[in-house]
Amino acid sequence: MRVLILAAFLFALTLDANAIGVDKDRLADPQQEARAFKIMKQLRCLVCQNESIAVSDASLAEDLRAIVRKQVRAGKPDAEIIAFMTSRYGDWVLLKPPLRPGTVILWFGPLILLVIGGFMVFRFVRQRPETAIARPLDADEKKRLKKILGEKNEQEGNMP
Amino acid sequence: MLIRRFLPLLIFIGLFVAFMVGLTLNPREIPSARIGKPVPDFSLPPLEGDGVGLSTADMTDGDNIIIVNFFASWCGPCRLEHPSLMKLAKLDGVKLYGISYKDKPENSLSFLKTLGNPYVRVGMDLKGRNAIDWGVTGTPETFVVKNGIIRYQHIGPIYDVQVGELFLPLVKKLRQEGPS
Repeated sequence: MRVLILAAFLFALTLDANAIGVDKDRLADPQQEARAFKIMKQLRCLVCQNESIAVSDASLAEDLRAIVRKQVRAGKPDAEIIAFMTSRYGDWVLLKPPLRPGTVILWFGPLILLVIGGFMVFRFVRQRPETAIARPLDADEKKRLKKILGEKNEQEGNMP
Repeated sequence: MLIRRFLPLLIFIGLFVAFMVGLTLNPREIPSARIGKPVPDFSLPPLEGDGVGLSTADMTDGDNIIIVNFFASWCGPCRLEHPSLMKLAKLDGVKLYGISYKDKPENSLSFLKTLGNPYVRVGMDLKGRNAIDWGVTGTPETFVVKNGIIRYQHIGPIYDVQVGELFLPLVKKLRQEGPS
């Protein structure tokens, strides 16, 4: 039981292990704060480029978090808050790029490669069925095999 | 049959070229979302005295090309680009305005006193909120504006060569367009 409580406690700590932990003015309503956090996680920090603004310590990220909170408190829908960011920083600010003509390869490239690869494997396996079927040797083959093995043994035996 | 034999090689060459091109791209370069869009609605206090230092109204000025530069005394690259700004301010038909970003007014003032003041006027963005409306990611950042429309966004310092090779041709081109 104690172990469980400790585990739960440690897990709860990890939930907060990000930069918003240092923000002073979080939203009072936990539901609103959760919604704000969900939005922050989708937004890329423009200073530390591979982090979301939710975990970034950069001052610009802090400013953007404050804006997200303010807009959440004002009751703006998620889409409107995201649009506020993209109108200033472009699609670049989104960690998950939207599907557009320019991002088709990004979205479907891996799937296309997988289909091509799968097709190639399928062809490769089907093309050589003989190799897969085991058949007992007939008398002639057995004789040849014995001869070959015999020669080999003799040769090896002759070696110093 | 020949194609089938060389297909792996062709794929290899294709990927090779794609990766080589990809490696030369700069992942820190952020494409601007603001080009072709109007400047944000803003009104900033001046660095010295009262009233309005810089506002949206200053962004439309007949044939003149407006250049807005975000700077701060605490920003190293801003010092680096300062000589370029002094040159930029002297270009024909250019009005260079400054916005001091998250800086103490007295520090901005002494920065300009020591290095020279290239700006026609300076507005103060104490909290950096105005910069977010411009899509600024950090100082220094420079916008070229004509008739209230952002035409170019320069992220990072302006190097000496860029004044002649980038800004001069751009200003000339925009001035030839005439007032719209």
